[in-house]
Amino acid sequence: MSEHHDAPTGIKRWLFTTNHKDIGTLYLWFSFIMLLTGGAMAMVIRAELLYPGMQVVDPNFFNMMTTMHGLIMVFGAIMPAMVGLANWLIPMMIGAPDMALPRMNNWSFWILPGAAILLVAPMFMGGDFLSGQGPAFGWTFYEPLSGQYGNLAFFVFAVHLLGFSSIMGSINIIATILNMRAPGMSLMKMPMFVWTWLITAFLLIAVMPVLAGVVTMMLTDKYFGTSFFDAAGGGDPVMFQHVFWFFGHPEVYIMILPAFGVVSQIIPTFARKKLFGYASMVYATAAIAFLSFIVWAHHMFTVGMPVAGELYFMYATVMIAVPTAVKVFNWTATMWKGAITFEIPMLWSIAFVFLFTIGGFTGLMLGLAPVDFQYHDTYFVVAHFHYVLVTGALFAIIGAFYYWVPKWTGNMYNETLAQIHFWVSLISVNILFFPQHFIGLAGMPRRIPDYAIQFADWNFWSSIGGFIFGLSQVLFLYIVIKTIKGGKKATDQVWESAEGLEWTVASPAPYHTFATPPEIK
Amino acid sequence: MSASKVTKQLGGLFLTALLFGPAMAFAEYSTLNMTESVSKIGQDMYDLHMLVLWICVVAGVLVFGVIIYSLINHRKSKGAQPAPFHENTTIEVIWTTIPLIILVAIAVPSTKTLLKYEDTSNSDLTIKATGWQWKWEYDYIDDKVGDSKGIRFFSSLSKDANEARQLGANKELPEHYLLDVDKRIVVPVGKKVRVLTTAADVIHAWWVPELAIKRDAIPGFVNESWFQAEKVGVYRGQCAELCGKDHGFMPIVVEVKSVEDYKQWASNAKAQAAREQAAADAASGKVYSKAELMAKGKDVYTTNCQACHQAEGQGGGPFPALKGSKVATTGSIADHIGLIVKGKGIMPPFGAQLSALDIAAVTTYERNAWGNDTGDVVQPSQVSK
Repeated sequence: MSEHHDAPTGIKRWLFTTNHKDIGTLYLWFSFIMLLTGGAMAMVIRAELLYPGMQVVDPNFFNMMTTMHGLIMVFGAIMPAMVGLANWLIPMMIGAPDMALPRMNNWSFWILPGAAILLVAPMFMGGDFLSGQGPAFGWTFYEPLSGQYGNLAFFVFAVHLLGFSSIMGSINIIATILNMRAPGMSLMKMPMFVWTWLITAFLLIAVMPVLAGVVTMMLTDKYFGTSFFDAAGGGDPVMFQHVFWFFGHPEVYIMILPAFGVVSQIIPTFARKKLFGYASMVYATAAIAFLSFIVWAHHMFTVGMPVAGELYFMYATVMIAVPTAVKVFNWTATMWKGAITFEIPMLWSIAFVFLFTIGGFTGLMLGLAPVDFQYHDTYFVVAHFHYVLVTGALFAIIGAFYYWVPKWTGNMYNETLAQIHFWVSLISVNILFFPQHFIGLAGMPRRIPDYAIQFADWNFWSSIGGFIFGLSQVLFLYIVIKTIKGGKKATDQVWESAEGLEWTVASPAPYHTFATPPEIK
Repeated sequence: MSASKVTKQLGGLFLTALLFGPAMAFAEYSTLNMTESVSKIGQDMYDLHMLVLWICVVAGVLVFGVIIYSLINHRKSKGAQPAPFHENTTIEVIWTTIPLIILVAIAVPSTKTLLKYEDTSNSDLTIKATGWQWKWEYDYIDDKVGDSKGIRFFSSLSKDANEARQLGANKELPEHYLLDVDKRIVVPVGKKVRVLTTAADVIHAWWVPELAIKRDAIPGFVNESWFQAEKVGVYRGQCAELCGKDHGFMPIVVEVKSVEDYKQWASNAKAQAAREQAAADAASGKVYSKAELMAKGKDVYTTNCQACHQAEGQGGGPFPALKGSKVATTGSIADHIGLIVKGKGIMPPFGAQLSALDIAAVTTYERNAWGNDTGDVVQPSQVSK
């Protein structure tokens, strides 16, 4: 079974591949390209905000940048990167030969580039190049603002395609995990990364149809005369927000739960100690996933909900702090009395624990309705979700790259460059996002292209940090290419005390692994 | 280990900032911490913010402290041997319970403050704030203090800031840049002011940090909230919900006056409004010369239209050119006026914002400026809203 028949080469290999490793690689490259695209947009945003006054782009183009940056990073960079990791790792971690539904797996990926083209295409439409006809209504596309834009159908269909891709990917992941585990691997013996993805996949299947529903309602409002979100026709603009955030809040956990999984794999390896509280980690992940469905309106404390609603959403929201704290305590206890070394993946994971926790604290603050009235829609919120998504999700993804790339390519990364990449990223990302707490508290609203003079100092530093952080990801691109091309050969085990089935196969991992399932004792 | 060092330093910076924040603040703004409020409920919110912040700081110091200790002392290079433990039910129950207790402790003051904040009863003055793309309209609809009922006006970004904020304007930024308006709302000190928020086009949000009030303005719905300023002064805020192109350029300025000064302001404002109304009534029947209409039209255009259609009517991005356009040349005058009054897609309706004279003037201007040269002269009597 291990030899392949008529394996196509060149472009056809990638177009027609049903191999989980190839598809994982495609996802990861797609995500990296999107990361750099969304990052370039962030550079435009930070360039405009470097000084007060309008210097670089007009306000509409600025809004388009914030909108596209958000959409591309969420749907193009973070989510596909997590799916890429799932493709590469889940079959190897559970001792399966491939994903359960390989042809659908191919289709799940190849929908994505089409969706991305539909999403960005309106930016290039209109009179002249980049004239600014793309979505400029924020990544949350609140009605009725989004309904004012032409080209809305492009956005709607792009979201539909992204949804198809995610749902098919999730079905595949669930089918693989539930059916294809090696004999002896019970659910409670699965690696944490597999657990977090299993739960994430259920979240995706639950909420992507809700997203599809809300954009379809926008579509019919815009082109077919319905009034779901138009008060003049008996609709309600606030209902849009309820439906959107019913998708949107689980969505943020979709982006962070696999990151928890990654960190839970890396820390035990370099602490040389088993993950502390494995069972409670599983239960905490499930608890977070459950709570994520019942807290959505904490994004909407200022829309004028009844006070009983505000109280309920406040209480439910702060409850999330409990399972999240349990996770942080477990990682701490895993390191406690370990024998810690500081390889690159461990550095990213430690940074994750610290900085994600800061994002968690600000999340708790934002959850309290009466103070949220001051924080809401300010840079404090921007700082909060970038701590969670950049120093949280993205740091975990980068850590995952350094951890598993020797297994993927058979080569070790260049240690010196990787050290530079980590330290420059760590310092610059804090210069970038930490001051945003200050300017948000001081009263700067988010999504504005220009600001009052008292916000100038910290915006300047934030921009400087942003430029450095952006540049250091170009270094990351260089490191990735260099590692693929060559480098010190990795052993099969790669890391001294790495545990798990993926470390039992050769480095680089053969095209087909576990054609015969391993036995788990 | 080193990751933690940086975080620790940043934490240190944050703490320093908190301790010395007030001393480092300039003007009336803190650049590091939440703006302190001039209302009692706002002060409650501020205190709650500080309470939670300190709880987070203490929790952070404890957890990060343990991790840092471990990173320093449990290193392989120091000869540490990994301990075999990987679970402990007792400690897991304890560290699940402690956060729960802390949350309950925070929830109590939060609930109290929230209930107080949501009580809009017994107000002394009611003002309706309507969000438009991109300005605010204010209606004084009920007043137990003075006689302001019936006062109604639009409030837009101040003229000097509007000029300075054009792309590449390269002008010196005026005082209170982007936080100054042409017409402030005025309220009495020490009185409970109920604010009804709604919107004419898309969702906006009415926010003044020092008054600790932020509430969405939603088209088709009316929200209510309130503030009570305990100190005379001028308080500035901005729209807080993305509302399109000029979201960043629709500030809110509230001037809090003593009760006597407020009463005086209200009666002056009413008298002035009556004079303006009389002038507008007279104007609507009057016939104007083309030169008068062009001059007035240019003013109206600069204030209301130029942000999107540009100074030379050339448009840009999603905003169509007026120069040489069908609407402003060969199209009928009635359609042209209709478009201005009702708006279309991304363009807001101007019918309620502009007087008949304004609309007649700007229509005349658009049909004759930039080489459109239709020779059309539109009189206020031709404008029907």
